[in-house]
Amino acid sequence: MSKSLNLYAGTAIGLSVLLIGAYNFADRNVAQVPDNLPTLGPLSANALAELEAAKVAAQQTAQAEVPQGGLVAAAQADEGMPGTKFGIGRPALPEEIAAWDVDVQPDGTGLPVGTGNAYDGEAIFEENCAICHGSFAEGVDNWPKLAGGDGTLADEDPLKTVGSYWPHVSTAWDYVNRSMPFGAAQTLTADEVYAIVAYILYSNDLIDDDFELSNETLASVELPNAQGFIIDDREETEYPIWRAEPCMENCKDSVEVTMRATVLDVTPEEEGGEAAAAEEAAPVEVAAAEETAAEEAPVETASATIDMDLAAAGENVFKKCKACHQVGDGAKNRTGPHLNGIVGRDIGGLDGFKYSKTMSSMGGVWDEATLAAFLADPRGSVKGTKMAFAGLKKEGDVAAVTEYLKTFEQ
Amino acid sequence: MTKETKGPSRRKFLTSAAALGAGAVAATTARAAGPDPLITEVQEWASGLGDGVDATPYGLPIEHEADVVRRNVEWLTADTISSINFTPIHALDGTITPQGCAFERHHSGAIELKKEDYRLMINGLVDTPLVFTYADLERFPREQHVYFCECAANTGMEWAGAQLNGAQFTHGMIHNMEYTGVSLRTLLNEAGLGAAGDLADKWVYVEGADASSNGRSIPMEKALDDVLVAFKANGEALRKEHGYPVRLVVPGWEGNMWVKWLRRIEVMDGAVESREETSKYTDTLEDGTSRKWTWVMDAKSVVTSPSPQSPIKHGPGPLVITGMAWSGHGKITRVDVSKDGGMTWETARLAAPGEDKALTRFYLDTTWDGEEMFLQSRAIDETGYVQPTKAQLREVRGLNSIYHNNCIQTWHVKANGEAENVEVS
Repeated sequence: MSKSLNLYAGTAIGLSVLLIGAYNFADRNVAQVPDNLPTLGPLSANALAELEAAKVAAQQTAQAEVPQGGLVAAAQADEGMPGTKFGIGRPALPEEIAAWDVDVQPDGTGLPVGTGNAYDGEAIFEENCAICHGSFAEGVDNWPKLAGGDGTLADEDPLKTVGSYWPHVSTAWDYVNRSMPFGAAQTLTADEVYAIVAYILYSNDLIDDDFELSNETLASVELPNAQGFIIDDREETEYPIWRAEPCMENCKDSVEVTMRATVLDVTPEEEGGEAAAAEEAAPVEVAAAEETAAEEAPVETASATIDMDLAAAGENVFKKCKACHQVGDGAKNRTGPHLNGIVGRDIGGLDGFKYSKTMSSMGGVWDEATLAAFLADPRGSVKGTKMAFAGLKKEGDVAAVTEYLKTFEQ
Repeated sequence: MTKETKGPSRRKFLTSAAALGAGAVAATTARAAGPDPLITEVQEWASGLGDGVDATPYGLPIEHEADVVRRNVEWLTADTISSINFTPIHALDGTITPQGCAFERHHSGAIELKKEDYRLMINGLVDTPLVFTYADLERFPREQHVYFCECAANTGMEWAGAQLNGAQFTHGMIHNMEYTGVSLRTLLNEAGLGAAGDLADKWVYVEGADASSNGRSIPMEKALDDVLVAFKANGEALRKEHGYPVRLVVPGWEGNMWVKWLRRIEVMDGAVESREETSKYTDTLEDGTSRKWTWVMDAKSVVTSPSPQSPIKHGPGPLVITGMAWSGHGKITRVDVSKDGGMTWETARLAAPGEDKALTRFYLDTTWDGEEMFLQSRAIDETGYVQPTKAQLREVRGLNSIYHNNCIQTWHVKANGEAENVEVS
């Protein structure tokens, strides 16, 4: 049956395996593509012709060569499974591929057209990145440092940054484009990404502030550690040493303790107090249960005046916020202040959180109106706020998230 | 100083646990002082009624096991959303890790992705780029395998010295589950690899649907070997935190490659060199050069009990020493245990013959003389590889390595039954 025609021919060259595969696509294209899909008309015809040619070529190759081992060859030489096509799924449309296939390779393949420089990038970085990475890409708290560390890789505590460690600029571009900013990924334009990456490179003294980083120039910027990586060599440097019959007796003369974990004391404490837990389990659990009940009660009372459907929608909106703000049991100040009891709280009124000057001196109380103004346009309504968030632009999001926040009492 | 104020409570716990243990010893080995009321008196549970069958449509462990949970080490990461927690391996036995306490590692948090909203794209150097729905995946022939998933950073904090006092924290970035899914080979074949030409130098790039869109490059040979596109674990749907509804399973290779919420598979002519395969998960050697593509997790083992969180609570006499062993190169064939810090070794009993790239449980049924012990275990896999000491690893890799630390672990078990994470000469 032509449906399962699938030929592999393998030949081992050293440790690697060469494979040539070809498939018959006639069945998919004739029988499996639903009629109502956007047309692939001329393409299908061409593809079919090419596939037929490939099939013939593969048959000839298969006759000429015999599969000879190697993992891939072995897997592919099996009868059945590898050759079977099921006609499941549908062709991906060009628009769909364009939307998802945005990865960028070291040679720049995959970069969209665009340009940006460090001069412009500074403001964009300040707006989108500085809250975690610092205004000079030096990193805040435990968040990654993006600049510095040049020449430290062989030191005792190497500082690994884009400048000192990363091998390719493409990697930084790809990562910023797809995964940053934290909590608002894929919201930057291509030009903004070029500008941010240019600013990071500039912060590492690798380009000038007017260097135009673009799809054409990016691959030309070589990072200092580009040649600093070797491919896994454990097969040569480690395995031969440790693939030996181990010692069973008199393996060493003495054993001295050289380091103890309890001296450092960095292990998290057991929750609920270890001593209590060890002495008697039951009372602790009772206490915990009562505590939970006590905490739940007020929420239920409060819910009488809260639109729970709206709050539920707000929980979804809050995903944009929770990278920096905590709510609920044990909520703490993180990058932003915790938001338990925010509705009704004095603006800038949380002890122990370092607000911007504007925020701490503006006075007033967070209510629906003040929150709405702030959340719609944080930087516009509170000049100098540390909150690096563009604002909730979608209608209804502000009201929903406010309703959700009301469910968390002080 | 917080360091000093924190110390005593732990010591108190351990001492009281040991004292409790001493009492238990008396009860089991000596003649009973009097009849045990738990036996002689009718207990409430032996007279009244328990829960009905509709009390817990989906059950959690009984409340008395409430301490057997995943834990986070707060200082390790800037934030809990891009972070990791640890499997309570000190309290588990057997080999299968229950999903509910299997470690989590997210880069942008655990997302909620409904099956109906799930799409998987295969594109790149394939004959026909395809899109699958979840329902589509269920129509391909399925496979089932048990595999361990270990984060490359497991035991990474221990590289510089003994740091975290508990097997959960030193070795808990691991879980072992039975996966059901479709072979990646089957899906690649469905899209057709004719367009890729010579497969020897081709790569498969895999990417997740979450905001981090964690992406990794996998050489074609591995992709066609044993990689699974999995949608069930331990018989039920994947948990949200493990990539529901679909994750990649890359047997024996570092956990970061096991992309969760898998949304795209691209056949490429080179590695993407993404953030996670360049700036992270690479191993810096003494001279400052770094190894990349160190995918395989080498053979490793750890004694899970006794251990700091699982002290000996009985006196001298019969003692079960147990732990787990695994190798990314294949089956575990043998585990040795030392009680004296590596001077002498005895071979432990494997609960079952080692399985390919899966956890193996080992036991050493022994007699404790009540003296201090320096407990170690070392795994040996089917390639003959013997788990090295930290000193051996440092000799090759230097002091700045973080990932892929598979060194022999030492627990100092004291005469009172407490155990501590130590490093020995």
